[in-house]
Amino acid sequence: MRRLAAPLAALAFTMAIAAPTLACGGLIGPNGAVNLLRTTTLAGYHDGVEHYVTAFEFAGGGGAFGSIIPLPGVPSSVVRGGDWTLQRLVRETNPPSPFALEAAGAAEDRAVVLQQVRIDALDITILKGGGAEIGVWAKEHGFSLPPDAPEVLDFYANRSPIFMAASFDADAAAARGQAVGDGTPVHLTIPTKNPWVPLRILALGKTAGESVQADVYLLTDDHPTLLPAPGSKLAEGGLRLAHSDAASAELLTDLRSDKGMEWIPQSAWLTKVEIDAAAADLRFDLAIDASGAGKPSLRDAGFAPFGPLPAPPTWTPLWVMLLVVFFAIPLGGGWLLAAVARNGGGGRPLAG
Amino acid sequence: MRSAAVLLLVLAGLVAGCTPTGSAQRIEIRIHYSHFDPSELTVPRGVPITFILINEDPIDHEWLIGDAAFHERHRHGTEAHHGARPDEVSIAALTRVETTLTFDKPGQLLYICHFPGHEAYGMVGTLTII
Repeated sequence: MRRLAAPLAALAFTMAIAAPTLACGGLIGPNGAVNLLRTTTLAGYHDGVEHYVTAFEFAGGGGAFGSIIPLPGVPSSVVRGGDWTLQRLVRETNPPSPFALEAAGAAEDRAVVLQQVRIDALDITILKGGGAEIGVWAKEHGFSLPPDAPEVLDFYANRSPIFMAASFDADAAAARGQAVGDGTPVHLTIPTKNPWVPLRILALGKTAGESVQADVYLLTDDHPTLLPAPGSKLAEGGLRLAHSDAASAELLTDLRSDKGMEWIPQSAWLTKVEIDAAAADLRFDLAIDASGAGKPSLRDAGFAPFGPLPAPPTWTPLWVMLLVVFFAIPLGGGWLLAAVARNGGGGRPLAG
Repeated sequence: MRSAAVLLLVLAGLVAGCTPTGSAQRIEIRIHYSHFDPSELTVPRGVPITFILINEDPIDHEWLIGDAAFHERHRHGTEAHHGARPDEVSIAALTRVETTLTFDKPGQLLYICHFPGHEAYGMVGTLTII
């Protein structure tokens, strides 16, 4: 995996937020009804740490339902998110009309549970496991997965076996007095070497022709390089660059003043990518190179062939190589000299 | 001579693995990423066929085999679990189930998973009886 250059990593962060059009992509309630209106997500990257803020909007109804989101690493903390960060980002590139402003003025192996946190009526579980293990865990916890789930879960687990399952207890929400449309923001802090935005998960459970629409906001210290690049052939026409400019000081100040958002840097570059793709075409994620090297990871975008993660490098191969250098070359050289001596020193010719 | 005998033994083993055991022929159908493999089969009529249904997915599936009218009924059915009839089989996640059927008439049947969305996703197979 690409390692970000330290000085750049210290400055760079990436922010992604899925707009209100983003549908809940993961788990579906036992009765088959999806009564989670939307999943709004923010992923920020700064100083080697990814900040993930997701808001779940209560849509009424009863029982339990939820969502599953692949993560690039194990979170070091899971807490309630800020109150209006997501809404402020949406407003930055979707300013309300003057009229609106006026109106407003008025698994075998099993998944390992790494963390469990209760935030309002939301049960957050951080899981580690392969696709099958995560699927079994979901089933055992009362959720039915759509038919494309086995392949999609493997798609993510082969890269990062960390998932966040969010189970929303609608009865508890109602008991707490949460009204339809109330959101519960969750903020995850994830130390990771590289940020990426999961897009394929948005198509989970959709038929091939259904469209997936979302807005992804990126905030980096410099102009980021994306893979697939919006508008490119790799993006299958499903990504469009809608905004690319320096983030205003006002926006950064506003974001920084929200709860838990003090990590927002002093300057940044704001990019907005609009996603409008058929579910069958959305078979990739958004890899981001925020280092300035201009080389987003094929693997992070989901294009590279998958397989078991390679073992972390150790010094053993180096020692083996050194042994080869110190022993094989002299031995081989000795054998060669002996052969030359045998054949060239009065013996039979090597050929002819 | 010795190697020829070994070869014969190996061939005998292979033949035993894919021909009737007792009176029933055995056919494996794997379920992976919500698809049947194989999705096309041909069997002789009048011979008991034991289908070994192996669900490699972490989600439940079902294997229902029949004609068009049979499947039309099941598309609107509400049975959450099958098991009493050999042509209607539920296969829990990461499990295997065996069922034996004998087909008397030549023709073509479909085997389909009727869980919501599974047929549209491609969980359909064709069985030809000759």
